[in-house]
Amino acid sequence: MPKKIRVLVAKPGLDGHDRGAKVIARALRDAGMEVIYTGLRQTPEDIVEAAIQEDVDAIGLSCLSGAHMTLFPEVVKLLKKRKAGDIVVVGGGIIPKEDISKLKKAGIKNVFGPGTPLHDIVSFFQKSAQAKGE
Amino acid sequence: MDGLLAGDKRAAAKLISLIEDDEPEAGEALALVYPHTGHAQYVGFTGAPGVGKSSLINRLVREFRSRGKKVGVVAVDPTSPYSGGAVLGDRIRMADTGIDPGVFIRSMATRGHSGGLALATFDAVRVLDAMGMDLVLVETVGAGQSEVEIAGRAHTTVVVEMPLTGDVVQTMKAGILEIGDVYVVNKVDLADADTLVANLRFQIEERDGWTPPIVRTSALEDQRIDELADAVEKHRAFLESTGLWAKRETARARQEILENARRLLADRVRDGPQGPRFESLVQEVVRRDLDPQTAATRLLGSRGRGT
Amino acid sequence: MSEPEDSAEYEARLRKWEATSLKDALKALPERRKEFVTTSSRPVKRLYTPLDLRGKSHDERLGNPGEFPFTRGVHPTMYRGRLWTMRMFAGYGGADDTNRRFKYLIAHGETGLSVAFDMPTLYGYDTDAPEAKGEFGTCGVAVSSLEDMEILFRDIDPGQVSTSMTINAPADVTWAMYLGMAEKRGVPLTQLRGTIQNDILKEYEAQKEWIYPPEASMRLVVDTFQFGAKSVPQWNTISISGYHIREAGATAGQELAFTLANGMEYVRWGMDRGLKVDDFAPRLSFFFNAHNDLFEEIAKYRAARRIWAREMRDTFGAKKPRSWLLRTHAQTAGVSLTAQQPEINIVRTTVQALAAILGGAQSLHTNSYDEAYQVPNEKAVRIALRTQQILAHESGVANTVDPLGGSYYLEALTDELEEEAYRYFDRIQEFGGVIASIRKGFIQQEIANSAYRYQREIEDKERTIVGVNDFVVDEQPEVEPLRVSEASLRGQLERLKRIRRSRDKTKWERALDALRKACEDEDTNTMPRILDAVRARATLGEVCDVMRRVFGVWEEPLLY
Repeated sequence: MPKKIRVLVAKPGLDGHDRGAKVIARALRDAGMEVIYTGLRQTPEDIVEAAIQEDVDAIGLSCLSGAHMTLFPEVVKLLKKRKAGDIVVVGGGIIPKEDISKLKKAGIKNVFGPGTPLHDIVSFFQKSAQAKGE
Repeated sequence: MDGLLAGDKRAAAKLISLIEDDEPEAGEALALVYPHTGHAQYVGFTGAPGVGKSSLINRLVREFRSRGKKVGVVAVDPTSPYSGGAVLGDRIRMADTGIDPGVFIRSMATRGHSGGLALATFDAVRVLDAMGMDLVLVETVGAGQSEVEIAGRAHTTVVVEMPLTGDVVQTMKAGILEIGDVYVVNKVDLADADTLVANLRFQIEERDGWTPPIVRTSALEDQRIDELADAVEKHRAFLESTGLWAKRETARARQEILENARRLLADRVRDGPQGPRFESLVQEVVRRDLDPQTAATRLLGSRGRGT
Repeated sequence: MSEPEDSAEYEARLRKWEATSLKDALKALPERRKEFVTTSSRPVKRLYTPLDLRGKSHDERLGNPGEFPFTRGVHPTMYRGRLWTMRMFAGYGGADDTNRRFKYLIAHGETGLSVAFDMPTLYGYDTDAPEAKGEFGTCGVAVSSLEDMEILFRDIDPGQVSTSMTINAPADVTWAMYLGMAEKRGVPLTQLRGTIQNDILKEYEAQKEWIYPPEASMRLVVDTFQFGAKSVPQWNTISISGYHIREAGATAGQELAFTLANGMEYVRWGMDRGLKVDDFAPRLSFFFNAHNDLFEEIAKYRAARRIWAREMRDTFGAKKPRSWLLRTHAQTAGVSLTAQQPEINIVRTTVQALAAILGGAQSLHTNSYDEAYQVPNEKAVRIALRTQQILAHESGVANTVDPLGGSYYLEALTDELEEEAYRYFDRIQEFGGVIASIRKGFIQQEIANSAYRYQREIEDKERTIVGVNDFVVDEQPEVEPLRVSEASLRGQLERLKRIRRSRDKTKWERALDALRKACEDEDTNTMPRILDAVRARATLGEVCDVMRRVFGVWEEPLLY
């Protein structure tokens, strides 16, 4: 049986708009993955600790309030500090184009803007998990 | 391994994944882990979905932490039979305890196993035991035969109920009244619990010298969580002082060895050198030339002599 | 609506049409899809006729504008007397930055102010709180103190302009800051006009910007009803909102049902407190979404007015016609805006604004085309404002009252939505009311299910989103970014330091202590104590912390 892909879907910071995060959690489940949804109001520390304990393959961060530039890179930084830098981090939400390249430089593997088909997000997680296994 | 024993969470997490995924090294890993287990109290939580197990466990973790205990949690959620995936949402309600160094929370999907737990659940519990936890709380899916699975493996089984609102007569699952060591009536802030409590008190009987206490709680309002923690600790003390802890360990060891033996035997029979012999015996049984019992005896009898 | 003289005869003619002309037409050219549905996945018939409107009289269904049941509008002359208020939601960075944006909008013709707050403020945290890290001013203005409120309204006279503040859990505190600011300028409270959103129920259901648990929060809301009725009589102390419920994924029917159910819950709590319904009901206002499906949206507003009027008069026994009136603000659907080919969002916003106007909204905010990326820049927000002005002055739709009234399709839809709402009211009752439904997650689950279904429809291409799953171009959109400046953040932090350092500590301590006592006593109205605290220069975070300690913090049930 192929290994189950485990993903953490998290909402860092105060932003409470969770429609997208929940839809994605469901879509990932429908694609056969095990999704740990952390809920709202998570600090980067909460997220990294959960990711480590749950031994996830990837983390999906959602932020619609504009605080992504502070919060997303912080998650990557903390993962590296805890020697868990192999966990893939992706982001989504309301993120201007200019910020996407900055986020990628900070270690966010990909940013999925509004309108990204669920299919693309699902296959990205599948491919990342596969790449890790090699 | 050293990492695990020193309390390294990443090591523990990776080990649990190894076991969950049934990797070839899993067996070895478990063998290395086992000698270091035996210290933690395994507390299982069963009860219908929606009854508030997760919130209760969250509050309990905080209570035990304030008593200086280290706590592990394994929370099980069902895998979707259609997609094979799962949303593991129990962790949400434990958000405020997640970063405490003395707490480890692992979410697990049943991965097709029916009965309220995952196959790997108690192996994961053992890993947390070896890591140095004083208690490991296990939250079952809550449906089906969860209580039976839990009762066989946990030291202390906590059954969580909640009063129904309205004029509905509350029927309880058969068997649930026999397996609990502690009964919790949760969400007492929502509805009148007196009838349910009276009902339970009337039906629950003493077992092996232990009378299961009934604790009323409201996880949302943080009521009487300390009473629940007391009950759990008292049960441990009771098991240890009466020698029941050791007795149950013995019964469990027996059961597990037999289970493992059965599994290994079946695997060997099906997949090992006897494989082709097995298949031909299957055909004989289908043709009604042989009955299944005799076929099995033949298989076992011919072990050791080769095909 | 005009009834054909004999409905049986008409029906016979219709059936003949179906059997002949229609049948031939379908054979020659089949319809584009098997089923046509609204944005809410509601099936739409090929043709609506007088037959769809049998069973109710004109008076029952429509009546006259400004009269029960207000289906055709809240006022006899509607926009012929006064256009809807053009009220553009604005806020980012510090009070200074937003004050500038307010002046820009006023200069370009907006007729009412609407304040957007940043995340920390919405959750009752000061800018220097640890939870606020990285979140200063990114989606609204940061207001941590009375001083911030004064800067926000520099050169703007609160006695002359009506201000809407979109804030919920700490709405009472920000309102107190606004009142304190007006007081300092010598404007009597009785002269102040405006709205605080203050709708905590929909936070639990959809937007998730809560602080305290439901019962404590409802008590605070009723405190504002009571205080407002007595001391700030022209102020709308609540804006019962469906906008956010819709944005979270609800259908039009769910938006309608949950909003009105929430509204009725607020009325119940007010009356339980002992307030006379006619004393506070006239100041309850509403806020609905203006989404894509033109006719479904128009029907929704009309159904809302009709249901509310009936419930207020017949269920709650309100006697004043003003208590039966559902007055609403509308905002075009943020969630419908795309990041791809952003200029076409202008078109979406226009159609949606048209729905709100034809639906009879009292005030309107139109989204800017860049909002899928950021808080709007000046050019984008100006275009959004112009959209309203063109509809008002060039399209002709404001020339007559309820122009679409009598349309067979519209009236049938209005009836359908009304029925759907009542079905939901029954189910919520079965769960034990709105708060019980929230606790059990019923409302949240309904919304999440609709959200998921909608997304699947898009994925499966059953539903076209132009530029996203069809008519796609591979271009990088040019959007001018709007950034929150470091200087604004520094200014804000310095100001907070200065306030904490220079205020009268004794007065401040006493005020917070009095507030705490008021919170602990259910029979005391908290508003006067909040005002005192704000005057004693307590910050937003400090006031909310007192309340957090007394009331506790809410944890939501999990659903996905």
